[in-house]
Amino acid sequence: MIKVENLDVVYGSKDKSNHVVRGVSFAVSRGEALGIVGESGCGKSTVLRSLAGLEGAWTGSISFDGKPVGKVRTRDELKLAQMVFQDPYGSLHPRHRIGTALAEPIRSMGAGDGWTRVAEALQQVGLPAHFAGRFPHELSGGQRQRVAIARALILSPPILLLDEPTSALDVSIQAEVLNLLADQREERNLTFILVSHDLSVISHMCDRVLVMQNGVFVDELTKADLQAGVTHASYSHELFDASFL
Amino acid sequence: MPDLEEMPVLSVRGLNVRFGRNSIPAVSNVSFDVGRERIGIVGESGSGKSTTGRAIMRLLPQRAGVTAERMDFLGSPLLEKTERQMGALRGKDIALIMQDPRYSLNPVLTIGKQVAEAAKLHLGVGGKAAVAHARDMLARVRINDPDRVLSLYPHQISGGMGQRVMIAMMLLARPKLVIADEPTSALDVSVRKDVLTLLDELVRENNSGLILISHDIRMVAAFCERILVMYSGRVVETLSKLEDAAHPYTRGLIAAMPDPKHPVRRLKVLDRKSIEVETNP
Repeated sequence: MIKVENLDVVYGSKDKSNHVVRGVSFAVSRGEALGIVGESGCGKSTVLRSLAGLEGAWTGSISFDGKPVGKVRTRDELKLAQMVFQDPYGSLHPRHRIGTALAEPIRSMGAGDGWTRVAEALQQVGLPAHFAGRFPHELSGGQRQRVAIARALILSPPILLLDEPTSALDVSIQAEVLNLLADQREERNLTFILVSHDLSVISHMCDRVLVMQNGVFVDELTKADLQAGVTHASYSHELFDASFL
Repeated sequence: MPDLEEMPVLSVRGLNVRFGRNSIPAVSNVSFDVGRERIGIVGESGSGKSTTGRAIMRLLPQRAGVTAERMDFLGSPLLEKTERQMGALRGKDIALIMQDPRYSLNPVLTIGKQVAEAAKLHLGVGGKAAVAHARDMLARVRINDPDRVLSLYPHQISGGMGQRVMIAMMLLARPKLVIADEPTSALDVSVRKDVLTLLDELVRENNSGLILISHDIRMVAAFCERILVMYSGRVVETLSKLEDAAHPYTRGLIAAMPDPKHPVRRLKVLDRKSIEVETNP
């Protein structure tokens, strides 16, 4: 479903350049959930942003569903992958009602005004349809993140890119959002890439985990490895140690 | 004069906090003692855990009504102190470490100035001696090259280092009670452990009491001898081990956390109705 080869991202130029992602390659098959874990600044979010088409400075090749995509995406390419961001307080326009926010992707894809699908989209993520008339500040953090998920799913993309979807939420609310994501994945046969620094969330959601450090992958762990606590690199061992006190 | 080493550092009975007159209480009837030990306060956002911490420091705004049958710090009632007396107490005897070093450090002063200020204020030493104290304290919180860090501004250091600087600043005066409000939730997993071990080590060394406020019950359980679990302003349970949890909220909280060793297809979510029944019988 997703194939990335030699992805390289450099910010700045010449002596001030910052090599964030250093030639990473990976593939994700349809319906699989891949996790990328690492500390801040290791380049994990940049990989995700390049996949979503938000990053302009990458080299290498990215292909969705066998078709290579470029830096500037067509509408059809954008419909393939949608993203959910970390902070539900920052990712919703404070002066747009929830309904407007949900209809926006449909309008920007030129597929009608989108209003007819708002109620259904809200119900799918477990929110009442009358929330369409509310503003983001009238919702709790967990409800906002549900709206962000509904907005990503409204175009029915086969791929969902999740950037720390629950790190701004309480443990109890995190469980609800993770369950919602797992249900939607099963229902729609979605392909996930989940980026997080929380190994327990990653190992709950993902079939395979890549450990990233300084722009390269240093380790790959399967679900069985995570359960048994097996690691193949000293860095992932450290990360394991720190995550489970 | 009672023996100061024996008595609890902080003793709270029936603490109530209310914002506005007829509103629901943010904290209701909370009682606990803190000795020379580490206790944890756990709960979700809005459960009143941070408000409890701030009420002890008397840092809540005027409109907050704080009442308590007793809130004694080393035997003297905190609620009867004047603002001036509280000012002398804060930072020197009771220290508060907050969540995000990016907001609690002054962005326009160097680290050296800020840490030295704490030394000047609480230890009563002047210029050069204060800077020397600051340097020692930075070395104590395992900052490599403290001389260089003294001249840096907060935006030039990482979050983990910033939180170490905060710990250095707060523990410089060897306070009797340290309140750490989510000290690691803005930090990366990889530095979280270092910061907590450091805090634990320094608190033990000074023989002070520590109140660790967090939403991460597993982390708190690993560091504290006793855990108070708060839900909608009340302490619903006091635990010494996670396995002893009996209240549905605590059990729900533990079950809601993904555990890689025991994978489940769906995580348990809180059943708030049954918790309400249990909390307000």
